[in-house]
Amino acid sequence: MPINFDTALGIHADALRARSQRTELLASNIANADTPNYKARDIDFQSVMKMAASGQSTVMETTHSNHINVSNGQFSSPAIQYRTTVQDSLDGNTVDEQIEQAQFMQNSVQYQASLNFLGAKFSSLLSAIRGE
Amino acid sequence: MSLFNVFDIAGSGMSAQSLRLNTTASNLANADSVSSSVEQVYRTRSPVFSAVLNDAQQGYKQGGVQVRGIVESQVPVRTEYNPSHPLANPEGYVFHSNVDPIAEMANMMSASRSYQNNVEVANTSKQLLIRTLQLGQ
Repeated sequence: MPINFDTALGIHADALRARSQRTELLASNIANADTPNYKARDIDFQSVMKMAASGQSTVMETTHSNHINVSNGQFSSPAIQYRTTVQDSLDGNTVDEQIEQAQFMQNSVQYQASLNFLGAKFSSLLSAIRGE
Repeated sequence: MSLFNVFDIAGSGMSAQSLRLNTTASNLANADSVSSSVEQVYRTRSPVFSAVLNDAQQGYKQGGVQVRGIVESQVPVRTEYNPSHPLANPEGYVFHSNVDPIAEMANMMSASRSYQNNVEVANTSKQLLIRTLQLGQ
């Protein structure tokens, strides 16, 4: 049985990638907490994972040489959505610092969980190779 | 690796907030400044923030924040009749700055909170990156 990293690591590699991009999105929201008319954004994690699990590509594909590669390894825009506000502000900004901070914290813990899963996969692969 | 971009984003947030703190400090320092003409009197300065969105060709990426410029408040300045003041104009008037110290203090607290948020983001991302580097060890 050949060892294939993609099947051995399962969904965790995709999850880690999604988490790291979500980190970037949330950091951007927090950096723009005081920018007028900035709209907070977030990734719909469930739909990203569903696409990854069904083997569907999470990035837009180019089927013609004249197509512009808009995604460049990033998620296509349907996965990124705008956050609904709890309280509207006069300057049109929809960032709620408390929510963003909580989401950022949650995301970083989940990132570490994905890292642990991946680490465990690697160590089980290593012990299979060593046969100890 | 998008975690590296987080440092740029958080860094841009920190530099924008420190500029905001800077203007607040300048406003508070000049809260009691007077002048002998309306044109020369100190007016409240505030930075204008705007989001940096990367080129569409580069993909749907996130950006940080940038300071577009600094604007001066157009609130009318306070005029005082005080002929004995050394800076009084020939008619005996001095002009006070339009700085509102209470608003500036609130602004300062908001800026320092936002700055701390960005520091926290950078710190957490650093820990995540270090743990990613140790993956499989």
